[in-house]
Amino acid sequence: MAEDLVNTLADLKEKEALKIVEKRLSAGEEPLGILNDARKALEIVGKRFADSEYFIPDLVYSGEILKIINDMVKPKLAKAAGVKRLGKVVFGTVAGDIHDIGKDIVVFMLDVSGFEVYDLGVDVPAQKFVDKIKESGAPIVGLSGFLALAFDSMKETVDVIKAAGLRDKVKVMIGGGQVSDEIRKYTGADAYGKDAMAGVSLAKKWVGA
Amino acid sequence: MEKQWEEMSSDEKQEALFQRWISPEGVEFASPEAEKLYKERATRIKDAIQLKKLPDRVPVMLIPSFAPAFYSGLTPHDVMYDYDKITAAWKKFSLDFQPDTHGGCAVPSPGKFLEILDFKLYKWPGHGVSPETTYQCIEGEYMKADEYDILIHNPLYFFYYTWPSRVFGALEPIQTLPHLSFLTEMYGVAVPFIPYGLPPVQAAYKALLEAGNDALKWAGVVGAFDKEMPALGFPAHQAGPTKAPFDVIGDTLRGTRGIMVDMYRQPDKLLQAMEALTPMLIQLGVGAAKQAGNPLIFIPLHKGADGFLSDEQFKKFYWPSLRNVIMGLVDEGVVPFIWAEGGYNSRLEVIRDLPKGKMAWLFDLTDMAKAKEALDGIACVAGNMPMDLLTVGTPQDARDHAKKLIDTCGKGGGYIMANGAFFDEVKWENLKAIVDFTKEYGVYK
Repeated sequence: MAEDLVNTLADLKEKEALKIVEKRLSAGEEPLGILNDARKALEIVGKRFADSEYFIPDLVYSGEILKIINDMVKPKLAKAAGVKRLGKVVFGTVAGDIHDIGKDIVVFMLDVSGFEVYDLGVDVPAQKFVDKIKESGAPIVGLSGFLALAFDSMKETVDVIKAAGLRDKVKVMIGGGQVSDEIRKYTGADAYGKDAMAGVSLAKKWVGA
Repeated sequence: MEKQWEEMSSDEKQEALFQRWISPEGVEFASPEAEKLYKERATRIKDAIQLKKLPDRVPVMLIPSFAPAFYSGLTPHDVMYDYDKITAAWKKFSLDFQPDTHGGCAVPSPGKFLEILDFKLYKWPGHGVSPETTYQCIEGEYMKADEYDILIHNPLYFFYYTWPSRVFGALEPIQTLPHLSFLTEMYGVAVPFIPYGLPPVQAAYKALLEAGNDALKWAGVVGAFDKEMPALGFPAHQAGPTKAPFDVIGDTLRGTRGIMVDMYRQPDKLLQAMEALTPMLIQLGVGAAKQAGNPLIFIPLHKGADGFLSDEQFKKFYWPSLRNVIMGLVDEGVVPFIWAEGGYNSRLEVIRDLPKGKMAWLFDLTDMAKAKEALDGIACVAGNMPMDLLTVGTPQDARDHAKKLIDTCGKGGGYIMANGAFFDEVKWENLKAIVDFTKEYGVYK
């Protein structure tokens, strides 16, 4: 049964997956077990995405199914489960830019890869990154941007992190749209990730996972 | 006697549209030199696209977003709210850089118009984003998941009432207006008009009239510019845009998330809807090209890029309807100028299935050697001056990249130098370097 949910959800069979969840809930099963299976399934989805077996529609769809499962399970859940995480990452689209598709994909991939991600959303002022780094103690910062204006916002964000005395406490990765290694040099970030998988590899390398 | 349009083959139609473009009616050239330049430039582009005759040199286009405003020390907000400022800035940009074409000056949409209608689809300078920032789309489900049948069977109603009432706050009251279908002859003829007497509906129509006035004011500026630029020697590189059916639904109707979930939950409806949109999108391009006497129609591509869809998804959901739009345009002699934003490396084999010498493909981040190889003898390739280089590179970097592009893609004709993505503020000396270098190094001997 457990295997069923993991594979059915990983294969994106929505109706079947929801039926299994319903059955297990009405059989009085612990909601936590169901959520753990869903997490395992999403890990597989992430792996398939990394292997170019899945693409963005598949990722988006798996997220949609997960949302429904969460809604079904939540009322029966006593308290949120503490899952052991690889490390913390502060993530956001930089000031002036409101694009979120790319950011959401990297956040999704970091999440299913075991990171605890603080997603600050879009059009995030530099100071908000600083505040979140201080509050969370996250050692990794991800700056996303689609427009060319993001080049300057990324540079400014790195500068503000530096001015706050945090530059040697965090590693900064950038990516999205027209960002390249030339832009990494320009912004003073530590690394540039070409796609979501590159972002995950960088984060893993930085936490020594 | 000249052949009637309907009797012409698609080749003849294309030639006729090109001739109208090269020798435009009603343009009073500023000087014999301007006329000579205009004709050379238009002919150069025609030769690069048709792949029949080697152009005299590689043509060079600059396709800016708000760059002309920044170049003149103005913000996007300035030009979106003071329409008279647009002309001088956009003109200066073309005159200073001297590319082979101009692209009109319609990038700054009229700010007051947007405010009157309370446009919700975008944030724009001073209205959600800073005055120095370009406008940006807010994706949402402006068409709901269960509305495909309305779009498929009643697209006119959908685009006249349903959709505008959601993307324009001021038009919300029109969402429930009835059809004016007179089933009852004299008896009951007034019934469908009752809602038009209600204050909210009247306010919506009042806003429409005001918005129309402002749009007209803006159009006066844009139209005058389109008249003046040819007279100064610059042919327009587009008569107007159209889009890929998948992007119409994915960008502004269902949103990225919506369309991607629909690919799973209701694939047949999605395919039917794209089919229903296809004739409208063809007509959009054909109408604009014929009216302007300019065969070039831009098609910016968004959600079929590398990574967005798998090969199978691209072949099932994106390409067939896009190809139908392209072929519908080509049949009418229109030249699609297709702008593949992002990377298109994994799509090159698929898009080769097109007739020869009918279009141009402008690439953003695609490997240009592969693009040239795949489309050699099929379609003109263009673009790929990268944004990072324009923004943080040096003029020498720009020249080096331009040389590489001309060496790789220019061989035998069929290449147009151009930027890969819309640009705002860049290093102006880099733009100048690209144009000047192309004019010098890109000459075919």
